Amino acid sequence: MLEVRFHGRGGQGAVVASEILARAAMKEGKHASAFPFFGVERRGAPVMAFCRIDDRPIRIHAGIYEPDHVVVLDHGLMKMVNVLEGQKEGGSLVVNTSMSMDELGLPADRRTLLIDATTIALRRGLGSATAPIVNTAILGAFARASDVVSIDSILESIKESVPAKREQNVAAAQDAYRALEGM
Amino acid sequence: MIDMMNANYAAAHAARLARVDVAAVYPITPQTSISEKLAEMVQKGEMDAKFMMMESEHSAMSALIGASYVGARTFTATSSHGLALMHEMLMWAVGARRPIVMPVAARTIGGPWNIWGEHQDVITERDTGWLQIFCENNQEVLDTVLMAYRVAEDPEVMLPIMVIEDGFILSHTVDIVDVPEQEKVDRFLPPFTPEYPVDVNRPMRHGGLVMPDWWTEFRHRIYQSQEVARAKLLEAEKAFEEIFGRSYGGMMEYYRCDDADAILVVAGSAAGTAKEVADRFREEGKKVGVAKLRVFRPFPAAEVRRLGDMSSTIGVFDRSYTFGDGGAMFNEVRSALQPGDSVLKDYVGGLGGRDVTVKNMEWIFDDLLRISAAGKADRTVEWIGLKDGTGRW
Amino acid sequence: MYKTYKDLPAEPVAFQSTEDVMTGNWRSIRPVLDENKCIRCYMCWKFCPDMSMVVEKEGDYPRIDLDHCKGCGICSNECPRGAIRMEREIL
Repeated sequence: MLEVRFHGRGGQGAVVASEILARAAMKEGKHASAFPFFGVERRGAPVMAFCRIDDRPIRIHAGIYEPDHVVVLDHGLMKMVNVLEGQKEGGSLVVNTSMSMDELGLPADRRTLLIDATTIALRRGLGSATAPIVNTAILGAFARASDVVSIDSILESIKESVPAKREQNVAAAQDAYRALEGM
Repeated sequence: MIDMMNANYAAAHAARLARVDVAAVYPITPQTSISEKLAEMVQKGEMDAKFMMMESEHSAMSALIGASYVGARTFTATSSHGLALMHEMLMWAVGARRPIVMPVAARTIGGPWNIWGEHQDVITERDTGWLQIFCENNQEVLDTVLMAYRVAEDPEVMLPIMVIEDGFILSHTVDIVDVPEQEKVDRFLPPFTPEYPVDVNRPMRHGGLVMPDWWTEFRHRIYQSQEVARAKLLEAEKAFEEIFGRSYGGMMEYYRCDDADAILVVAGSAAGTAKEVADRFREEGKKVGVAKLRVFRPFPAAEVRRLGDMSSTIGVFDRSYTFGDGGAMFNEVRSALQPGDSVLKDYVGGLGGRDVTVKNMEWIFDDLLRISAAGKADRTVEWIGLKDGTGRW
Repeated sequence: MYKTYKDLPAEPVAFQSTEDVMTGNWRSIRPVLDENKCIRCYMCWKFCPDMSMVVEKEGDYPRIDLDHCKGCGICSNECPRGAIRMEREIL
């Protein structure tokens, strides 16, 4: 079983990101479930969402405390939340940031991909400068960071999942995926 | 169609597939998206139903009782305080013999405020006469709503049914759901044809005064219908399996209970976590099993009694508490077993949204195996994860 | 009506009409209409709680259905012309 944790702010689309990832896994014939941290979501406040992927039906209905992979939709969250908490060895970390590994003070002991998903999202007209919607862009980066699901499945899932601006969302994921070519 | 959705959407799709005629709702977390999805489907013309936005849950249930009298297939959904506000009309629906089906996204009841999951709201309504079915996952919610209509509308049953999905844990978790084709559902679920519909050409009085000389007999009828419902539930599930290829173990599912040293009785979404942990224990040679309490009303006393033959140690996981008397499920399981049959222990947990973790389940099974070896329980009730400062948790 | 609970309808419904219940013998005083005073405003018909003021067609004087009238006197009380007096029942 593979477990992924998303860290975001209310309004950035972390919950939808977890659902897009689950649907992408479903498209590859896998079983998957996704759920938010059941809190009181408010715009801007830290939120978490989770995704489980397995070859057989998911029966566990409990939280994820030791994720394989961690996705951070906004580097500012790292001031408030220890995004690495409980992460298993060998997993990937994907962070939406314009800063460097050193500037962020991230450890070098795991596969880490940094992507400026905010710039990509805004270039594609997703959200506003105060509230960019970066979930689809960062999933493109996640497809590069791990071999959990292919980029094609992610793109297909985005098409089915997002209620508006389908093409722009698909393009944002592709932009992020291409930007990390060779990584 | 294989799709990905949460239990709330699964419940709404089930209402659509059941060709519900009237849905009367009032929103409440974590049920609201059932109502929203229904409204959306009706507005888009995907569902030919009358959607009524009521001023309270009490009114929603009242409206459905009236609509059901006319012969409409009726649906609503609620949670927590909404269910409590509905209490009076829950009982009226039973006495009026209206086969209403209602998913409940189970949640605690305040105060103080808490919007999260537990079973207190539905357990509190166990004496109303509604049938109560607990679901483990989103697919089971969809399938159980369809089965519920078939059983509720059976002329020998004619009682309302609650389909219980754990608040947030199922209502807000997306999972793979096979949404059946309408044609198959139509084959499984015949139209609702009440015996005594409101009809100007056949005048009759509904809901009038019943004097003490016949009240007992009408109550006894409800008791009889609950008893008949046991067989009807099994029949419906068998017919469902023949058409859709899925089944859920009837009143109580025995999972790896053969030759078990200890069995945990558990209802709802935590049953899935318990099964997963039981598999891991079995791989290590530790013989534990899970008895999924699927139907709580009518209470599966005969199925519970079989547990006494299967294992000497039985634990019960209660996601609610009857203050002054321990967990309701524990007490009912204990009363169904013969005295001295097995050693029992109650595990109370998952209250107000507290996560029931894999580690919790491992602890419970380890504890049950300790009890099995010792032949006696250290205490009757254990509050899982209680921060009591003793270091036990 | 019913002997055992097996005779009961499956649901608590009653087929007997309230018309079949002769409530006229609950009465100890009866309304008597004076057609000379009656202006056929039908206030009595409107207010009678037992539908015992019967008006077959517009323009008729009301007829009192004594099989069902319980003798409550509301008609007498409401009549604007004092056309309905209540008289003691005699055997």
